[in-house]
Amino acid sequence: MWIETAHFGLVLAFFLAVTGCVVPLIGAATLRRSWMDFGAVSALGQLALVAFAFGVLTLAFVTSDFSLRIVAVNSHTLKPMIYKVAGVWGNHEGSLLLWVLILTLFAAAVAVLGSTLPATLRARVLGVQSAVTTAFLAFILWTSNPFERLPVAPFDGAGLNPLLQDIGLALHPPFLYLGYVGLSITFSFAIAALLEGRVDAAWGRWVRPWTLAAWLFLTIGIGLGSWWAYYELGWGGFWFWDPVENASFMPWLIAAALLHSAIVVEKRELLKAWTILLAILAFAFSLVGTFIVRSGVLTSVHAFANDPERGVWILLILCIFVGGALVLFAWRATALETRGVFSLISRESALVANNVLLAISCFVVFVGTIWPLVAEMLFDRRLSVGPPFFDAAFTPFMVALAVILPVGSAIPWKRATLGKTLRRLTPAFTLAAALLGLAWALQTTQSLLGPIGLALGAWLVAGAVTEIFTRAGGRVSRLGRLPLADWGKATAHAGLGVTIFAVAALTAWEVEDVRVMAQGDTARIGGFEVELRKVENVEGPNFFSESATFLVRVNGVVQNPIVAERRFYPVAAMPTTEAAILNGFWRDIYVVIGDAQPGGGWAVRSFIKPFANWIWGGCIIMALGALLSLFDRRHRMAAGARRLA
Amino acid sequence: MKRLAAFLVAFVLATATWAVEPGEVLDDPILEDRARTISKSLRCLQCRNEAIDESNADIARDLRLLVRERLVAGDTDTEVVDYVVARYGEYVLLRPNGRGANLVLWLAGPVLLILTLLGLWLVQRGATRPDPNRQGLSSSEEAALQSLLGPTDQRTTDRNEL
Repeated sequence: MWIETAHFGLVLAFFLAVTGCVVPLIGAATLRRSWMDFGAVSALGQLALVAFAFGVLTLAFVTSDFSLRIVAVNSHTLKPMIYKVAGVWGNHEGSLLLWVLILTLFAAAVAVLGSTLPATLRARVLGVQSAVTTAFLAFILWTSNPFERLPVAPFDGAGLNPLLQDIGLALHPPFLYLGYVGLSITFSFAIAALLEGRVDAAWGRWVRPWTLAAWLFLTIGIGLGSWWAYYELGWGGFWFWDPVENASFMPWLIAAALLHSAIVVEKRELLKAWTILLAILAFAFSLVGTFIVRSGVLTSVHAFANDPERGVWILLILCIFVGGALVLFAWRATALETRGVFSLISRESALVANNVLLAISCFVVFVGTIWPLVAEMLFDRRLSVGPPFFDAAFTPFMVALAVILPVGSAIPWKRATLGKTLRRLTPAFTLAAALLGLAWALQTTQSLLGPIGLALGAWLVAGAVTEIFTRAGGRVSRLGRLPLADWGKATAHAGLGVTIFAVAALTAWEVEDVRVMAQGDTARIGGFEVELRKVENVEGPNFFSESATFLVRVNGVVQNPIVAERRFYPVAAMPTTEAAILNGFWRDIYVVIGDAQPGGGWAVRSFIKPFANWIWGGCIIMALGALLSLFDRRHRMAAGARRLA
Repeated sequence: MKRLAAFLVAFVLATATWAVEPGEVLDDPILEDRARTISKSLRCLQCRNEAIDESNADIARDLRLLVRERLVAGDTDTEVVDYVVARYGEYVLLRPNGRGANLVLWLAGPVLLILTLLGLWLVQRGATRPDPNRQGLSSSEEAALQSLLGPTDQRTTDRNEL
């Protein structure tokens, strides 16, 4: 009963979205106030209906209602409750419903928070947003109905990929979707501005908090995904340049560029057309990402829920929206540009450089991601583009970005000279150079990767600290009175520095050891002792496992025991590995157990992973920076919460 | 149930092999290091986007052993890679070569950067060069301006008095 009601609710939401698109857009064109206001009513109605449908679907998963096809295929009675809930979005239909839920959530947020926006702009933003919702609801209703019943309900479900039964991955998709879909709002703002034919400082101020929020969620989502890969996939990698990862990384890069160009629109009313284009591209890459993940066109290490035929639909949605947006852009954009002059040495130039580097690095990732497809279709060459390509082609742009960042973020607007800024940054530069030399002297390998990573990280963090102190006029007492946006900026930049350093340090200074160990054996790895205490068979709620307990001694001091497992999930007939990880501030000790050897003992692979946690620490710091910036008074005013300010 | 579990674990896990095995490791650490570097750049043919260095598939194991065999036989790194490519095609290369159409892949970023810089330079030059349609003030406008501002010497004296 509930299932059918929810299905009907989705149909209603579809019609509400169609009217919610058409009516406000006509209202804005003909200046009819009541028609425009319908946009907000429709947005709230859509949210209520889609949230109801999503709630019913969640309930079906929680109560294991196997008469529902996707529950029968993706769930199982033995699965722990949290993964039953996460199973809602662990499949194609459910994840699309989550996507639409977030679309309507953002639209409703604009409807509620955007009461200070000009009425026509708000109506147009909500109209465009409803158009996107319409397309996705049609996609769900016609090809991917989550409420499809089975004629005969099976006795039990078919389970879910055991790799996905993990807290990191349960939370990863919702955050990514919040990011992807958050960019739909900036897209709607961009289209609305093109329809209005006006982009001004106020527009830049309105669009920034939404972009910030989307970027914040993307950062958390990507960080969670990378953390999951690190501890779950069994060899401690954190980034694989896999098509699906790239799919989330490209919108992140573009959103980062958009964040910065929107500042130029806000402060100087320049780069307007470019900012609009970035807003369109950011959402385009979100759709490309959804297409890549959902269609499985590019084979990937973790395309868990995909179907090529449905990919065509997403491609169609992508073509209509992005194609339409770009046509509109080509038609209206020239009218937007104003000519302002700024010198080569100025904040404007620095932000242009930021945009160029971010956009081109995104382009490199894009070309690398689709190249296997292009090469096969056009040149009949079957080839792979893997991490070694991306490491070589992408890294230089990031290094350039990190080198100019502290300087660019400190020089004044319009016309400036480098001398004063560079003098202020001398201590930061000296620190970075000293650390580079020190790391080079101390390390045993000849590779420059570690020292350069350390220097860049120190340069960014010290640069951020320098900037905060400069903003406070060099007085600690004034630090507390700085606007939150200043803190947010410095924090996010420092976070980037931490992540860059950690990635370089982990890649350069990791120690690996592969050997056969029997129970009671101790291995000495780079100053640590790892002892294999016992290996036993264990039975989990829905898996069997071979579990090995290790004792690690650091300088002779025994640490808490850590457990490595090899699990087998009978329902999915699939083995997985669980690494034993001793987390530490300076390094992780990471142990994986392998096959029992013919001559007795087990294969054991141990790693010392220096600064591993700093990678995600940096992501958290970046996200925190975005959060601080989001709570700056200016944005709260802009988002419409005037009473709070 | 416990016995069944033990059986299942022993049976299933025994068939699932595992990245680099202790038995594969070469005695010569320098040679082993080279082998690891090479196997990080070769793709496992069966898997989705995994290097043979980290793959659990049997074919990846075979390839790892093949790489080590060639190294022990005295091949250079490029010879080993060429040997594998000759057998399995360029699909195994995770870092595609720069031959033919692949130039597009490798040059896409740098060329776009150069074009962008060139475009920006042109725009910047256009923005700073004086607009040919905007001449200086005409003589009548100049006179009007002067009368508004008053005589030059008087302004200086005014300022001095202040």
